[in-house]
Order: sequence, then C-alpha cells, then structure tokens
Amino acid sequence: MFTNEQLAQHIINQFGDTVGDFDDPYDLLTFSTSRERIVSVISYLQNDPTLQVNFLTDITAVHYPDSPGKEYCVVYHMHSFVHNFRLRIKVFLTADDLHIPTMVPLFASANWMERETFDYFGILFDGHPDLRRILNMEEMDYHPMRKEYPLEDATREDKIDALFGR
Amino acid sequence: MVSEELDITKQNLPAEQGPVQYVNELTTLNLGPTHPATHGIFQNVLQMDGEKIVSGEQTIGYIHRAFEKIAERRPFYQITTLTDRMNYCSSPINNMGWHMTVEKLLGIEVPKRAQYIRVILMELARIADHIICNGILGVDTGAFTGFLYIYQERENIYEIYEEICGARLTTNMGRIGGMERDLSPTAIRKINEFLDRFPGVLREFENLFNRNRIFMDRVVGVGGISAERALSYGFTGPNLRAAGVDYDVRVMNPYSSYQDFEFDIPVGQSGDTYDRFMVRNEEMWQSMRIIRQAMDNLPEGSYYADAPQYYLPPKQEVYKNMEALIYHFKIVMGEIDAPVGEVYHAVEGGNGELGFYLISDGGRAPYRLHFRRPCFIYYQAYPEMCKGLTLSDAIVIMSSMNVIAGELDG
Repeated sequence: MFTNEQLAQHIINQFGDTVGDFDDPYDLLTFSTSRERIVSVISYLQNDPTLQVNFLTDITAVHYPDSPGKEYCVVYHMHSFVHNFRLRIKVFLTADDLHIPTMVPLFASANWMERETFDYFGILFDGHPDLRRILNMEEMDYHPMRKEYPLEDATREDKIDALFGR
Repeated sequence: MVSEELDITKQNLPAEQGPVQYVNELTTLNLGPTHPATHGIFQNVLQMDGEKIVSGEQTIGYIHRAFEKIAERRPFYQITTLTDRMNYCSSPINNMGWHMTVEKLLGIEVPKRAQYIRVILMELARIADHIICNGILGVDTGAFTGFLYIYQERENIYEIYEEICGARLTTNMGRIGGMERDLSPTAIRKINEFLDRFPGVLREFENLFNRNRIFMDRVVGVGGISAERALSYGFTGPNLRAAGVDYDVRVMNPYSSYQDFEFDIPVGQSGDTYDRFMVRNEEMWQSMRIIRQAMDNLPEGSYYADAPQYYLPPKQEVYKNMEALIYHFKIVMGEIDAPVGEVYHAVEGGNGELGFYLISDGGRAPYRLHFRRPCFIYYQAYPEMCKGLTLSDAIVIMSSMNVIAGELDG
C-alpha cells in the first residue's frame, strides 16, 4: 500500500515539474499535467511495475468560464486494482484550443468516454478513431454542457429568483 | 420405390455444382431500436455475412435526458430523483450511492443502524436487479417458466420497498444523513419472510437452468471476453468478475459498513454468457448472506445522523415544531450551504462500479456532476463480443450483459 505522499513523490520523481497542483481532496490524490505530457503520464502509470494503475475509471471534463487561460479541464480517474488506490489527473485547456491526445490506444474504454466528453463540451481528442456525438443528435451545433447554455431560459422575466429562494 | 425417370441420385447432377458459392456481400441488419430482445431503446447496426456477424455499430442516446445538465440546477436532494431513473432495476443502490456522495462532501457520519439498513436495501435491490437480468436471459433463450417463477420474488422485493417508502420503482427511502424512517415491524417481517422463501425459489430456478442442455447449448462459450480485454474496456461488476477478475467495490473500497459482513466474490473463468449468468446467480446467494447477517446484527440506535441542517426532518415534526419547519423549508428550497469540494464516490451497482463525480463550488447545486455509468462504459465492447457469432448469440450476449437503457443514456 502507498500513502498519497509516496505516490506523489513517485510521480514527481518520474515527471519532475511537468506535473503539479498536487492535492488530495477527500483522500484521492489529484494532480494536473499538460496535454503534451498526458499520454506519457497515463502510459507510464499503466505500465509501471510498481504502481500498476491498470484501470481507467472515467474521463470527463469541467467548464470553468471564469478562469482565463484554463477554461476547460479534462479529468481522468484511474484505479490500481493491485494496490487499490485511485488517482485523478487533470489537464487544463484554453477555450480557443481544445485539442488533447486520445487515450484509445491505451484503453479501449476511452472511446466512448471521449465521445461523450466531445459531445458535452466540444473537446477535440486528436487521434480518436471515431469522434462523433454519442448521446445528442448529429445536427446539434453546440455543446450543451458548457456553462454559456443555462438550463432555464435566461430571457424570462416573470420568474424572479429572489422569490424562489435562489 | 424410386422410378427410373426420377433418378435424382448424385450421378445425374451437373458435375460443377459443388457446395454453395460464397458470395462476398454483407447484409445490413438493424437490431433495434425497438426490438423486444434489446430490452430498451438502442440500435445495433449489424453487418451480417449469411448468419455470421461480421461487425456491428451501436447507436445510443434515444432516451438521453441530460441528467448531468439538469443536476447543475438542482439542490442536492432533488438529484436523488434523477439517480432513480438511471438503473431503474435497482434504484435504491443509485439513491444511496448519491446520498453517500453528498455525505462525503458534507462530512456527515451516518449511524451504524442506518448503514445496516442501507446495506439490507441495497442488497435487496441487487437481488431484484439480478432476477431481472437472469430471468430475461431465460426468456431470450426460450425458457419462460423460470422467468415466471422468479419474477414473483422481484414483486415481493418491490412490496418491501412499498412498505418502507410507499413507492415501488422510483424509491425515495434514503435521506442525506440516513434513512427516511426506521424499518417498520411489517418491513422486518417481510424481509425475513423473503429470506426464508427466496432460497427455495432460487434453487428451483437453478435446477431449471444450470445444467439444462438447451440452455447450455445456447450460452456456453458464447460471447466470451478475456480478462485483459474486459479491463481495457472498463468492465466492472458481474461482467468483469465473469472474466475472472475479483474486483468488487464493496470489498476494495468498502462503504456503508460492508467491511462488517462476510461474503464471497464469485468469479468466472472465460467471461462467456454462461459465466455471467452463473456469477449473477451466485451473487444472489451472497446478497442473501449479507442481508441475513445485517438483519441478525441490526444495531440499536438512531437511523439518521445528527445533522439537522442537512437531514430532512420527519413530516410529523414539521407540522408541530417551528425549528423542524424552518429546516424543512431551508432544505427543500435548497439553502444547504455545501462546502467547496471535489468528491468521487463509487458504489457497487447492479452492473458494476457506479461512480459519482461531484464538484461543488459552495452553491445550492453541484457545479458539475458526472455519473460514471457502468453500462455506458462497457456496452462499447458488444460488437467485439458478437463478432463471428450468429444473431441468436448476439441476443443472449446483450441480455446477459444487462444493458439498461436508462443507465446507458444518462
């Protein structure tokens, strides 16, 4: 078993200052890296005989419209079945350049996860074999999970938020 | 007696007419969207060479309801009703997984009694889920009897839900911080009755299927997947365990007191349809073991945590007590001041690891909520598992994978 400090140290030893923002919210080691390094980080974690992070749990993204320079965050959750620890890896992207390499060569499961992330946020996974929308219609010309598309009609004036406790 | 004029022996056939000529032309076959055997609305476009499946492509999203988007506008309590509708065969697992995620974010420690009641209900839900999957696998192989026998027990589980919360399918028995109410004497009696009766029914179901020649011919060696491919495809739950990997969230990352119970993780070897069936069958036995232990050792004490600012007060209190009314109002109107945080919590759903990735910015609703839906992740392996098999095999593979349309589309 590794503690989060040991894991972080192990990853820093390998990747130096290309990884950063180490944190462990609710006991789950989180760090961020750049999109140039993400493939080598995940491929290293997968093949490293010490860590053996052999399972890609999830890929998703988050939109932060209010933080300039890092508007989009692609989040990878990984799990080592051998040592039973989880990792969260983040890659921040700017709004005008949403390209990130695909994980499909490393994990077959990444295929649909990346399609879903593309569908929701418009993040372009370079090298993906079939980057199409998966849950929404092909004809849709926007990416609905972005924060600029609020769920309720923002033009309505008959509902005053203060009266509804918000 | 064959007459001389109608001599149809081999010698009279033209010499060049050998076996049927192979025509390299594929047939496109739409399996679904609404086919009785897809058990949900999703389309599989299969390329068939004669009777063999050469390749396939799935189209999903027919019932996509944008849960993740809706969740960004809803207070934490109201998201419970979204989770119900994902894997609707085992909604208590989804509900309580969500409640545990919020409790983790808020830092609420749930009392032991509530945790045990949750375990009981989640295992009942798992049994109901596996009953549906295995029963319908029987129907898809032409065995209606077993389905009818065992479906009665699902009905009885739903009656237990009904006794606890009044609803059958979209249950509402959990609360952030515990349970809505304690197990009533009737509920305890019904659970005990279920535990006494169900082994006999399950044994009979097994007798009908496990060594049934017709059933085995249909499922043994069909749709196998190796452990490496299953891991690469993100399989979890019974489908992964059928391939021989003993990964179970209940054991690896115990939640809700699962570490207190003794149970085994059934694993298969080849990951074929028969293994998936058998793993689910065995899991029902293990679930019963867990429920029995939880019922026998049900701790005394409160069934909800002492967290009045998050736990919805009982309705009777709300009518009489001003404090309860204020808290009720604040919680219902979404005035919970959640801390800023980022949580990933996973539970073992009916199909595998059901994960909730929640980012809170301190507002009344999650900033971002992502559901890791096991069905969605492993269903992409379906064409690979069907490759080279026939259409009838494709049907049993899909039904044994337990693809739930609500969970698939999110």
